[in-house]
Amino acid sequence: MTQKNIVEIQNLSFSYGNRMLHKDINMTFPRGKVTAIMGGSGCGKTTILRLIGGQIKPKAGQVTVDGKIVHKQDRQGIYELRRKMGMLFQHGALFTDLSVFDNVAFPMREHTKLPESMIRDLVLMKLNAVGLRGAHKLMSTELSGGMARRVALARAIALDPDIIMYDEPFAGLDPISMAVICDLIRTLNDALGATSIIVTHDVEEAFSFADYIYFVADGVVAAEGTPKELSKSKLPFVYQFVHGEKDGPVPFHYNAPNYKKDIYESV
Amino acid sequence: MNPILKFLSNLGSQVTSRIWRLGAATRLFLLTLIYSGESFRRIHLTIREIYFTGVMSLIIIVVSAFFVGMVLGLQGYYTLQKYGSSESIGVLVALALLRELGPVVTALLFAGRAGTAITAEIGLMKATEQLSAMEMMAVSPIARIIGPRFWAGVISMPILASIFSMVGIMGGYLVAVPIIGVDHGAFWSQMNVNVDFRFDVVNGLIKSFVFGIACTIIALYEGYDAPPTAEGVSRATTRTVVTSSLTILGLDFILTSFMIAH
Repeated sequence: MTQKNIVEIQNLSFSYGNRMLHKDINMTFPRGKVTAIMGGSGCGKTTILRLIGGQIKPKAGQVTVDGKIVHKQDRQGIYELRRKMGMLFQHGALFTDLSVFDNVAFPMREHTKLPESMIRDLVLMKLNAVGLRGAHKLMSTELSGGMARRVALARAIALDPDIIMYDEPFAGLDPISMAVICDLIRTLNDALGATSIIVTHDVEEAFSFADYIYFVADGVVAAEGTPKELSKSKLPFVYQFVHGEKDGPVPFHYNAPNYKKDIYESV
Repeated sequence: MNPILKFLSNLGSQVTSRIWRLGAATRLFLLTLIYSGESFRRIHLTIREIYFTGVMSLIIIVVSAFFVGMVLGLQGYYTLQKYGSSESIGVLVALALLRELGPVVTALLFAGRAGTAITAEIGLMKATEQLSAMEMMAVSPIARIIGPRFWAGVISMPILASIFSMVGIMGGYLVAVPIIGVDHGAFWSQMNVNVDFRFDVVNGLIKSFVFGIACTIIALYEGYDAPPTAEGVSRATTRTVVTSSLTILGLDFILTSFMIAH
């Protein structure tokens, strides 16, 4: 039986050494939907994607992908789950020694026995979907940031994954590239019938395409809801984040002793 | 804290961290062996790496070997002629190169030329999340990235060491015979009689094979373990040269003592 939620995070806690990053987090990602995970830098958003991909293990709780508990899988099991996932890394993470074409062909060559002629057609189709069919002969080092991100997206969808994960897809992009990626996320999700999970801190973009949004702060889900609900939210943290106010529940200053005392004592 | 206690605790943490790293490197080595089947299925990758680590190291190996051979010829002749046995110069050059200088100097040059390149490449691949991306695509970086580089290093090293010894002997010959005037026939015939295939040539090859394993796995481990920052990669590269060089010299002593005892 196919589950309604393709990914479920239940009572998840995770820590790096003694630093607790997530405390008892619960999230669900329904099939076919675009869900965004938002929060300030360093709040552990990317870690959630790594937990879903099984690259790290939770301290407590569990992540379920397609009905299977990720951290209880052996290597073979994890690799099978990962074949259902495509991930777009923050800076694309294209293989620098390969051309654009070979980067997109990489998962196909590794996991299928398709003849080279068919791989060629598929790669060009994937590149066409992100508008870069004409760039297939370039080396990945010759691409701009936005183009690299689009090629990486074509590579992430190479095997038509059920889940597409995006790690900060808009970071460091110009407005045009941003709009292109923004549009691609929604289009690809609907065209492939996939489920998308996007980690971002770009409010405007996330609110424009997401079906549901989770706000993570201080290791917990501080707020959740549809973009409409959240834009009206009066929760202080959500208000500060959505309106980009520099001070609020998230303070401008990093924890520090009294300013006056600090200055005079150092003399 | 008491300075003595501080010293002891520093010493302790240094020792444990080194033992931990040795364990982690051994683990990487074993994993590389386990995944070798998968690596060899992509044999074109190993061939490509042999080109990058082996063939591209040829120039430095050949030029160094030539000079080392010439110096051996000069120094050897200078000492031997005092005892009236300058005809033995061929044996001296050949034995020094086949037994020691060939494997050891090749491994040191390899660590500096190819080892650092491997560390920097893997370190940067890690820093730019390429290894993570590969993992997420359900492809093992150990089979696809580490394995081919490891086998390329292990295959290249004995071949490079053999080339080093050959070119070195030519260098020694050039100085001893045409320049100094040692008898051509004596140079070769003495070498022919006194160099033993099993004891000198094969033992030298065994050494360079072991150095190949050590050098390559150190370079790979340092890259794989490097913190994903510019400073992390630069430190890892330095460590590759330092650790490889010391390991080569240490291993050389151990191997030589076993070989001579035998």
